[in-house]
Amino acid sequence: MTPNRSELIEMLRKMILIREFDELAIRLRTEGKIYGAIHPYVGQEAIAVGVCAGLASADRITSTHRGHGHCIAKGADIRRMMAELFGRVDGYCRGKGGSMHIADFSVGMLGANGIVGAGLPIAAGAALALQLDGKSNVAVCFFGDGAVAEGEFHEALNISSLWTLPLVFVCENNQYGANNPVAAQHRVTDVVAHAGGYGMVGQSVDGNDVLAVHRVAREALDRARGGEGPSLVECKTYRWHFHAMRQTPPPETRPADEIAEWKRRDPIARLVSDLKARGLLSESDLERMHRQVQTDLREAVAFAEASPFPDPKDILADMFAA
Amino acid sequence: MREISFAQALDEAVAEEMRRDDRVIMLGTDFTGDPLKEFGPARVRYTPISESVLTGMALGAGACGFRPIVNWRMVTFSFVAMDQIVNQASKIRYMFGGQADFPVTYRCTTGGGSGSAAQHSQSPYSMWMHLAGLKIILPATPADAKGLLKSAIRDNNPVVSFECSRLNAVVGAVPEGDHVVPLGVARVARAGTDVTVVGLAYYLQEALKTADEMARDGISVEVIDPRTLVPLDVETIRASVRKTGRLVVVDEAPPTCSAASEIAALIAEDAATFGALRAPIQRVCAVAVPVPYSPPLENAALPDRARIAAAIRRVLDAAPVPA
Ligand SMILES: Cc1ncc(C[n+]2csc(CCOP(=O)(O)OP(=O)(O)O)c2C)c(N)n1
Ligand SMILES: [Mg+2]
Repeated sequence: MTPNRSELIEMLRKMILIREFDELAIRLRTEGKIYGAIHPYVGQEAIAVGVCAGLASADRITSTHRGHGHCIAKGADIRRMMAELFGRVDGYCRGKGGSMHIADFSVGMLGANGIVGAGLPIAAGAALALQLDGKSNVAVCFFGDGAVAEGEFHEALNISSLWTLPLVFVCENNQYGANNPVAAQHRVTDVVAHAGGYGMVGQSVDGNDVLAVHRVAREALDRARGGEGPSLVECKTYRWHFHAMRQTPPPETRPADEIAEWKRRDPIARLVSDLKARGLLSESDLERMHRQVQTDLREAVAFAEASPFPDPKDILADMFAA
Repeated sequence: MREISFAQALDEAVAEEMRRDDRVIMLGTDFTGDPLKEFGPARVRYTPISESVLTGMALGAGACGFRPIVNWRMVTFSFVAMDQIVNQASKIRYMFGGQADFPVTYRCTTGGGSGSAAQHSQSPYSMWMHLAGLKIILPATPADAKGLLKSAIRDNNPVVSFECSRLNAVVGAVPEGDHVVPLGVARVARAGTDVTVVGLAYYLQEALKTADEMARDGISVEVIDPRTLVPLDVETIRASVRKTGRLVVVDEAPPTCSAASEIAALIAEDAATFGALRAPIQRVCAVAVPVPYSPPLENAALPDRARIAAAIRRVLDAAPVPA
């Protein structure tokens, strides 16, 4: 079940795409081409990619305010993502959602969410539906360390475990909830410790090692598919940028040496050197991949800019289903 | 036609819809009757006391092809799930650009009049109306309880079913079989010419009784039951007010930002209806306090027939019907 070369190369490509997508989003937001708040996923790419590499299209995920990476990892089209950030009609939500409400139901991405903890119940419901359908599909719920202090986390873990739902809870412990370090928010800073209290398997993993994430996620996904119920996977990681930005990136408040230390553990550089050491990737492969990512992103921006703004006369569209 | 109670009508609606469509499932801490026996534990889900997760799970399962019915029991307990109701259920379809449907029914009981005190006597329909993304049914008769709840379960949107506790024992004629009442169609429960009274839930019954009493004095009251608050059939109410020129709205929620306020505004905003008004609109609502426990206080807080009659007389005094 270890990924083959083409799977590894695809994982690397997606990680680079996620990073460059969000670096570009920061520039576009600074230029005022996109609106609202954005929450870059840079630094955490190995988690979305490592987990989603174990998923089929019919498997479902829910995401968070920091959701671009989950979208890309689950197979969403970056042109329609970009159009959504631009607020255009060809965006996934026809310009009604923006960064924090990006979703692609057609690939099982049931939505980013502007509310900390709110994706857990929705993922549990998706898992219930999958269980009732009797297929071997699973749901995965991504959430941050901050969500662990919300009631929805505890309700969702309890009922999912009680009902043996095919669900994997993936906590991206990036050491901070907004500007507050985990130790200022939780008595128990290892999120995985909660698993035992809910009678499920918990595993902690280096969230900057995509292969380790993938291995641990696969085990949890296999348990879920095999009828053994939910697991809690805690991925220790770090975000490279600010928590959120609007007009301009806010000043950094975290210790410089801490940031430098985590940047040394860059998940992309780590995979690159691993693949090179195994003779699976050359420098020119890597350059070609970077060029392709930049071309794809330019196309995505061109697609977004060519798409019209929604017509105000359509403001009531999509309110209610027929 | 056979007669059954409001509570039996609701149970019948759920059972019939469970039989009709095996994608209908129910989640709650308790159910009336024994649905487990007929439908089994996969579809009848006894849950922990976790209103937030239930409310959100229904959305997730709804997006993945099921038609969940969540029973919050009292509306009181739904407040624990406020995030999932306000931030998720009411917005999820629109903010994702209509990518998926969320065919979910949220059921709850409402209302005072049973000595249950502040927390267990609430009627917060207008809080949900305000959200703009939820449909709302508010049956006032056993027949509508069955017909509206069946429509709610078949609707492809989140629908909140407010089920007034004081109506549970009310018995009335209910058609057997597939009796479905469409959402968004008000009912003229009693025809009249002098004054329009809109009564919600239990207060429809009280308005009808008041109308009977006043008929003895030669006063002709038209009584309207909106039946659903979202969508609201404002045209039926406006047409009635254009005929009578007088409007009284009766509800047991407090008046501030209430369904009654909304109906009053929709009447006053419409030029033709405003022009036909002959007296100021009257709202007969609860006193704006948490519903108190002690019977004399609770009775003083909630509307009653005397207050409904007094409001009808006020609008008639303001603009007497020509002899
Ligand atoms: C219920 C709720 N409370 C507060 C916020 C504001 N908020 C947005 S993101 C965030 C921090 C979340 O931290 P974490 O869950 O660790 O995710 P991270 O941002 O680190 O990815 C906060 C407090 C919110 N969106 N929802
Ligand atoms: Mg965090």
